[in-house]
Amino acid sequence: MEGFKKSLLACIWFMFLTFPLVVIRVDTAEKTVQWRWMHMLWVGLGAFLLSYVWRFMLKRKAMGRSATNPDGTPVVPFLQRLSANPPLARSIMAVIAIGALVFPWLFSTYQTNIMISAMIYIVLGLGLNIVVGLSGQLVLGYAAFYAAGAYSYALLNHHFGLGFWTALPLGAGAAALCGIILGIPVLRLRGDYLAIVTLGFGEIVRLVLENWNEFSMGPSGVSGISRPGLFSVELSVDGATTYIYYLMIGLVALTIFVINRLKNSRIGRAWLALREDEIACVAMGVDRMKTKLTAFALGATWAGMAGVVFAAKTTFINPASFTFMESAMILAIVVLGGMGSILGVSLAALLILLLPEYLRAFSEYRMLLFGATMVLFMVFRPQGLVSSERQRYEFKETKESQG
Amino acid sequence: MSAKTIVLEVKNLSMNFGGLRALSDVDLDILQGEIVALIGPNGAGKTTCFNCITGIYDPTEGDILLRSPQGKGVRLNGLKPNQVTELGMARTFQNIRLFPSMTVLENVMLGTHCRTKSGILGAILRDRKTREEEVRVVNKSYELLKLVGLDHHVNDLASNLPYGAQRRLEIARALATDPFLLLLDEPAAGMNPNETIALEQLVMRIRDELDMSILLIEHDMKMVMSISDRVHVLEYGQKIAEGTPAEVGANPQVIKAYLGEEAVDA
Ligand SMILES: Nc1ncnc2c1ncn2[C@@H]1O[C@H](COP(=O)(O)OP(=O)(O)OP(=O)(O)O)[C@@H](O)[C@H]1O
Ligand SMILES: [Mg+2]
Repeated sequence: MEGFKKSLLACIWFMFLTFPLVVIRVDTAEKTVQWRWMHMLWVGLGAFLLSYVWRFMLKRKAMGRSATNPDGTPVVPFLQRLSANPPLARSIMAVIAIGALVFPWLFSTYQTNIMISAMIYIVLGLGLNIVVGLSGQLVLGYAAFYAAGAYSYALLNHHFGLGFWTALPLGAGAAALCGIILGIPVLRLRGDYLAIVTLGFGEIVRLVLENWNEFSMGPSGVSGISRPGLFSVELSVDGATTYIYYLMIGLVALTIFVINRLKNSRIGRAWLALREDEIACVAMGVDRMKTKLTAFALGATWAGMAGVVFAAKTTFINPASFTFMESAMILAIVVLGGMGSILGVSLAALLILLLPEYLRAFSEYRMLLFGATMVLFMVFRPQGLVSSERQRYEFKETKESQG
Repeated sequence: MSAKTIVLEVKNLSMNFGGLRALSDVDLDILQGEIVALIGPNGAGKTTCFNCITGIYDPTEGDILLRSPQGKGVRLNGLKPNQVTELGMARTFQNIRLFPSMTVLENVMLGTHCRTKSGILGAILRDRKTREEEVRVVNKSYELLKLVGLDHHVNDLASNLPYGAQRRLEIARALATDPFLLLLDEPAAGMNPNETIALEQLVMRIRDELDMSILLIEHDMKMVMSISDRVHVLEYGQKIAEGTPAEVGANPQVIKAYLGEEAVDA
C-alpha cells in the first residue's frame, strides 16, 4: 500500500513536470493552442508503472537477501547449477562451440564481421579484466594499449611490409612495453588518482598519434594495411574475413584459457589480494611492484593482440578508433560482466557489441540505453552479470579433493 | 634464558607524524622462543611500533635488527614490508585485514607467496613443477587451517567468518609465510572469554610446536599475565617499564598509567 501511494505521488509529480512539454502545444502557424490531455495520461501511467516496478524490484532484492540467509539454502543460480552438473555444462559448451565454428558458413560476411568485432571486444574486455577485475587497478586509458598494437602492425606493415603473424607478437610486445611504461610511474597511485592518470595517458597517446604526422600519419591514419595471408596465399575479402573470424575464435579461446589458469595461480591470488587489501597483501610478502607490473603488462598484451587483429580486419586505422569512448566501453564491459568473471565479461562484450548492431532502430538512444543499463546494474546487481566468487568456491572444492 | 639469541632488537626507535611524536626512544628485544607482550593504554604507540618494525612506516630514528635462528643479522630500516616478511617476520593486524572475497584457504595460500616461485609461464602451462608446488601450498595451508581450527571453513569466503575466526585466520595466514618471529596485534580483541582461552593455548602451541618467537600487543591483562615471558609497557610513545609479568604488575608507574587512564574515564 505504501508503495502504491509513493508510486502515485511519483506519477503525479511526473505529470506536473512534463505538463508544459507534452500537453500544451502552441501552433504558431495557425495561432492555436492544443491541449493534449491523452499525452498526460500516458505519461502518468508510464511513470506509475515504472515507479511501481522499481519499488517492487528493490523490495524483492532486500527480501531476497534476508530470506536466503537464515534458512541457509539460497536459490541456486542457473550458472552454479550448471557448474555442479558437468555433463550438461559440457554439452552446452559444445553447442556454443559448434555454433561459433559454423557461423561464417551460415551467415553473410557482414554478420561475420560483426562477430569479429564482438570477439575483439571479448579479448579487450578479458584483458582489461586482468588489470581492473583481478588486480583492482582502475585503468581508464586502456584504448592506448589497443592503439599500440594496431599501430605497431599498421606501421610495420606500411614501412617494412611485415606480415600479420610477425606483427602479432611484436604488437603484443609493444603494448606490453606501454603497459610497463605506464605502470612504473603510477605504482604508488590508487583508485581515483590512478584512474585520472591513466585517463590522461590514454589521451596523450591518442593526441600523439593525431599530431605526429611523420610517425603516425596524423588524423588521416594508415590505410592499405594487408589482411593476414594464409601461407602466402592471397585471400579474397570474404575469404580473409572468414580467416580472421577463425583466428579470433582461436585468440578468444587462448585468452580464456590463459586467464582461467592465471586466475587460480600464485600470481592470480597475488592480484586478487592486491585488489582486496594492498597493505595486508604487501605485509604478507607480495612484491607490490612486480605484481602490479605483471598485471599491467599482461593486460596490455591482450589489448595489443586485439589491436593487431583490428588493424588487419579494417585495413585502415586512425586515431579516432582509440578515443576515451573506446576505453569507457571496454571498462563498461568489465563492470557489467562482473569484475574478474571470464564468462560474465564475455557475455557483456557480446551484449554491448551485438545489441546496438541488431537494434539499429534505437541507435539514436544508444548512449541513453547504455546509461540506463549501467544504472540499473549498479542498483540491482552491483557484482555484474556473473559474479566470480561462486566459481572460485567450486574450484576450491575439486582442488581440495585432488590435493 | 640469557643464553638464547636475540631475535629482534629495536634501539632508540622514534616515529614522528608531523608534529606528533608517536614513539620516542623505544628499546625492545625479543629472545628466541620467547613470548613478549607489548602493553599500554590506547594511543600509546603500540601499533605504530609494529608498523615501524614491519616496514609499513619508515621510522624517524632508531635501528631495527632482525637475527634469524641461523644467526644472520639484518638491519630492517628502509626495507619494504614484503622484504621484511621474506626475512622471516610476519604479523597480524589490529583492525582485521583479510582478503574478504577470497576463500579462507586462498587467504592462507597467499601467505606462501614469498616462499614459492612459479611465475606466469608456469601458471599458464601448469607444468609439473608448478603443479607440485601448488599441491604443496594447498596441503600446507590446509595444515595451518587445522592448527587454528578452521579446517571446516576452507571454502567459505573470509568475510563470512565470525570475528574470532577471522582473527585466527589472520594468524594462519601469517604463519604461512614461514616466519620465525610472529607479531600479533591484539589477537584477542572482540573475542569472548572461551575464545580467548583457546587463543592462549593456540599461541603457546605455535611457540612450542613451530619454534616461534612471538611479540604480542594485548589489552586483555589476564591473557598477558598468563602467557608472556616478559612485558614491555608503553605510555605516550615512551617505554615506562619492562620485566616479567609479575614485576610489571607491581610497578607503580604502570599502575599509575592504567589507573590514571581509568580515573580519566570515570
Ligand atoms: N598514520 C598516522 N598518522 C598520524 N598519526 C598517527 C598515525 N598512526 C598513528 N598515529 C597516532 O599515533 C598515536 C599512537 O597510535 P597507535 O595506533 O600506535 O596506538 P596504540 O597503542 O596501538 O593504541 P590502541 O591500543 O588503541 O590500538 C596515536 O595518537 C595515533 O593517533
Ligand atoms: Mg593499536
